Amino acid sequence: MEAVNLKKDSLIIANKKFNSRLIVGTGKYKSMSECAKAIKLSGAEIVTVAVRRVNISDKNKPLLMDYIDPKKITYLPNTAGCFNSKEALRTLRLAREIGGWKLVKLEVLGDKKNLFPDMIETLKSTEVLAKEGFKVMVYCNDDPLMAKRLENSGADAIMPLAAPIGSGLGIQNKINIQIIRKQTKLPLIIDAGLGQASDATIAMELGCDGVLVNTAIAKAKRPFEMALAFKNAVIAGRQSYKSGRIDKILMGIPSSPSKGII
Amino acid sequence: MKKIKKIKIKINGKIKSINQDSTLSVVLKNLKFPLNKVAIELNEEIIDKKKINKIKLNKNDKIEIVHFIGGG
Repeated sequence: MEAVNLKKDSLIIANKKFNSRLIVGTGKYKSMSECAKAIKLSGAEIVTVAVRRVNISDKNKPLLMDYIDPKKITYLPNTAGCFNSKEALRTLRLAREIGGWKLVKLEVLGDKKNLFPDMIETLKSTEVLAKEGFKVMVYCNDDPLMAKRLENSGADAIMPLAAPIGSGLGIQNKINIQIIRKQTKLPLIIDAGLGQASDATIAMELGCDGVLVNTAIAKAKRPFEMALAFKNAVIAGRQSYKSGRIDKILMGIPSSPSKGII
Repeated sequence: MKKIKKIKIKINGKIKSINQDSTLSVVLKNLKFPLNKVAIELNEEIIDKKKINKIKLNKNDKIEIVHFIGGG
């Protein structure tokens, strides 16, 4: 069997190669410098960003681009906070205008309390964006049928939630994630709901191509250490998945030979 | 001296008074925001940043200027 060479095991999204399989969000940090340091430690090459009004009364406010260089790190504009297709499309068209961003994350929320995606609006938006030449990574629920529909509508990556955004509950429906894995060749990235590094390992062991984490790092008591923990967890999970785990059996089999016992 | 007439427009939800016949370019320059880091909408239509010096603003125009901030 061929050895697992992670250097050649790149994550490819919309024909672009990435070495890191960890995508991190840039929200909820105490400061921009804390955010930038955590990103560096996480090894992430893609970060999600939000599109918002500039503060016209305080022009000296620090800008994200001054801390995280978009030439070195791929910005993934996100539609977080949009509750319908119209708002999401408007946001991403503006994001593209800032500087040619075509790789985007679509997230259309349906409920302010649980933040679950509105899949009807999400599906509609995916179709429009794909036709307009966007490369769309789509936040969705863990429903294999909906994932298939997104794929047929031109999505470039399927991003099912593990649990509600910011909940830290970890993967709630492993079976559905595995079914989605089996049915699609598109990048499958767990988005939202992870709480600790081992959740990322589980996602990778289920065969996901990557994970997206924000709150679990940004709101950890020690974000820098947690960023590093997630980096290692994603690598460990990927290596484990590629290594081919043993079959599960019910009874014990000794690890030492039974012959020659004194 | 001829008095310059003022008009009111909205920028990011805030009412601003500007000189009549001002171009979008002049208004943006006064805000001193790096243009390569923002996107601009005029009355909900995205504006090509290369054309802002040709666009004259009218009374009650609504401008939105957005940029990237931290987000999940």
